[in-house]
Amino acid sequence: MHAEIKSAGRRINFAHLASMREAGLIVIILALCIAMSFASPHFLTWGNFRAMLMSFSIEGIVVVGMTVLLIVGGIDLSVGSVVCFSMVVSGALFLAGLDPWTASLIGIGVSALIGAAMGFFVTVIGLNHFITSLAAMVIVRGMCLVVTKGTPLSLFTLPPAFKAIGQGSFNNIPYVILIFIVVVAIFDFLLRRATAFRKVFYTGSNEKAAQFSGIRTNQVKFWVTVLCSTLAGVAGVIYMARFGAATPTFGAGMELNIIAAAVIGGASLNGGSGTIFGAILGMALLSVVTSSLILLDVSVYWQDMIKGCILLAAVSIDHFLHRKKS
Amino acid sequence: MTQSPILEIRGLSKAFGPVKALNDVRFELRRGEIHALCGENGAGKSTLMNMIAGVLQPDEGDILIDGERVSIHSPAAAQRLGIALVHQEIALCQDATVAENIYMAAINSRRAPLMNFQKLYADAQKVMDLLAPIPVRTRVADLSISNQQLVEIAKALTLDCKVLMLDEPTAALTESEAQRLFSIVRGLRERGISVVYISHRMAEIFSLCDRVTVFRDGRYVATDAIAAVSPDDVVRKMVGREITQLYPDKLAPQEPGRLLLSVEGLSDGRRFADVDLQLRAGEILGIGGLIGAGRSEIAQTVCGLRPMISGTVALDGKQLRLRSYGDAVKAGLVYLSEDRKGSGVFLDLPIAANISALDLGRLTGRLGLLDRKAEDRQARELTGRLGVRMAGIEATVSTLSGGNQQKVAIAKQLSVSPKVIIMDEPTRGIDVGAKVEIHRLLRQLAGSGVGVIIISSELPELIGLCDRVLVVREGRIAGELAASELGEEAIIMLASGVQDSSIQRQAQNVA
Repeated sequence: MHAEIKSAGRRINFAHLASMREAGLIVIILALCIAMSFASPHFLTWGNFRAMLMSFSIEGIVVVGMTVLLIVGGIDLSVGSVVCFSMVVSGALFLAGLDPWTASLIGIGVSALIGAAMGFFVTVIGLNHFITSLAAMVIVRGMCLVVTKGTPLSLFTLPPAFKAIGQGSFNNIPYVILIFIVVVAIFDFLLRRATAFRKVFYTGSNEKAAQFSGIRTNQVKFWVTVLCSTLAGVAGVIYMARFGAATPTFGAGMELNIIAAAVIGGASLNGGSGTIFGAILGMALLSVVTSSLILLDVSVYWQDMIKGCILLAAVSIDHFLHRKKS
Repeated sequence: MTQSPILEIRGLSKAFGPVKALNDVRFELRRGEIHALCGENGAGKSTLMNMIAGVLQPDEGDILIDGERVSIHSPAAAQRLGIALVHQEIALCQDATVAENIYMAAINSRRAPLMNFQKLYADAQKVMDLLAPIPVRTRVADLSISNQQLVEIAKALTLDCKVLMLDEPTAALTESEAQRLFSIVRGLRERGISVVYISHRMAEIFSLCDRVTVFRDGRYVATDAIAAVSPDDVVRKMVGREITQLYPDKLAPQEPGRLLLSVEGLSDGRRFADVDLQLRAGEILGIGGLIGAGRSEIAQTVCGLRPMISGTVALDGKQLRLRSYGDAVKAGLVYLSEDRKGSGVFLDLPIAANISALDLGRLTGRLGLLDRKAEDRQARELTGRLGVRMAGIEATVSTLSGGNQQKVAIAKQLSVSPKVIIMDEPTRGIDVGAKVEIHRLLRQLAGSGVGVIIISSELPELIGLCDRVLVVREGRIAGELAASELGEEAIIMLASGVQDSSIQRQAQNVA
């Protein structure tokens, strides 16, 4: 009996700080929602919620990969470019006559290869993630422009069955949202329970100690880098299905939003901590704020400023709490 | 004598969380004396030094300089009061030159907008030459550890200080460098500078110092004139009991069991060569030698953590082919790093996760999922067996004291039921109580047939705990000492390789 209570308590305790952070985020999001429901009659409608969910569902898939990468102590500035590259490669192949499903798989595969290339530079050459992915961000963006010759690809000929991924819905719930929920649920579970992902925490928490525990940290870092780019590739394909077009400038600046969401959700830039659930809550908070600002008729020009301040506040509070603890 | 003390400490206390590092201690430093401060690791010496140097703030008590009560709220304030501290750990800017490091404080307080490098180098070289001919334009990162330690000392010498505190300055120095340091310290005393000298080496203390103060477990024990006490008296005061009681009983001489680990002709091509080593079941083998002699490198190479260029490692009669440390762990050979926080534990992760890090495979069920219940069971069992004092197995390791962190690191090694366990400085920086527990545990392990190898820089530990000691000097095994031959002088002699008469004299003092 006692043991049972203990083991139940343990599950909550496991990421004690993280869960505090998540609970805090939920409270803030709910408070914002309640306040907004008084301020605007349009806020508490299924339509608005659907719009908000849609707006971050596809980015949410990228956030999953970014969070795992942050936990291992890395960062990826190239995700926006990779999302776009996956999109234009798949689009161009489709226009060249390939069926859209095969084209998409190739797009995702090419994204994984970009991740592998970055992983190579990080683990074999020994560069850090920041510099490597900064270079990749620029290079891959350039590749997008080369593939498209700078002009958007019009893909309205995509078959309806493919477009449905991005535009269709099941019982009034868009497939995009369903895919998002499935991806998040799978990776959240794996990150908490799978042995392979536990190694990600060890490596990010103290790489040296992980090596002294027989963990091949370079392998871990390599595969997490590949995972992050692959998920970005998946997101790119879904965007293509949603928009029926592939624009070579799409996704510029996306990486900052994604990193901000993960960090607000408790991922540390020093590695070793973070949860997918938290990162999604971070994303949700940013989305609720954006939606509120729009409904409140706040000028677009102010929105980025406010989002930046939220990021700063979240990280400061976290830093303060950690310092107090030690 | 009626000299007024230059530095006086009254009723000082300091707690870190629930741990009382210092409890109502006093200390008095007279003008122009060299005063040794002794105590086991964790006795509170470094904490006191850090408070006098303004790094830490006391919870209670007074610090008096020249009879005036002062509050030293920052290292800069300590410098203004004429107090300089040479830390035990090297705290230099690795990418700056020796000269820039030596004059860091002076550069910081200068008003001139531009650096005068010519003068900087010339001045720095003058100071540096007092200690060793290290070119001051070298980057600190390119120096050996012992030379870095000398730079630290040179840095303190440039400060116009009245009180110089040296925290284990010779830990990383060779014998001749240490001798040069002693003559400089004596010279400082002639100039009226007062020196607080922290060391574990009785020989040094008795040849250099005027008085000695002993701390134990964060409390003041006694202050004596060196001439009035013997090294044995000091050691007895440090440990609070006879030193023989501090260590568990040794193996009876005829007992050693079968050959567990056999290393032959091991070389890594850089740090060490031609190392032979045999470990028998039931014994604790010590490896002594100076810091930087290659002890850790040998151990890490044996375990597959570093590459070897020649030699063989056989465990339990079977030749091992180690491509990685993982292979060694699977075979039953584990290594505990000397750098607990840097590479021993995951400070921000829970205790349970720390313990299971070494072999996740045994906790992994089908589908590659972690069996959390098994992980908990393992953590509870091992922390219970080692007596880890903690809030729960879910607490992060950072919440534990040094001794308990080390127990968690050891629990991690034990989780794989190793055949041979190599521990690098297993009790560095932990309190006496935990140390005794760890020693007992190691003896128990050895008794149960696990091979135990201890690398230690603490001579009493090697002598008190080990059944046999190998001494490494400059990458080679300099000699082996059986239980009956163990003694501080014998180890020092093998480790330094110098049959210098001064060492022998000091050694006789110890004996």
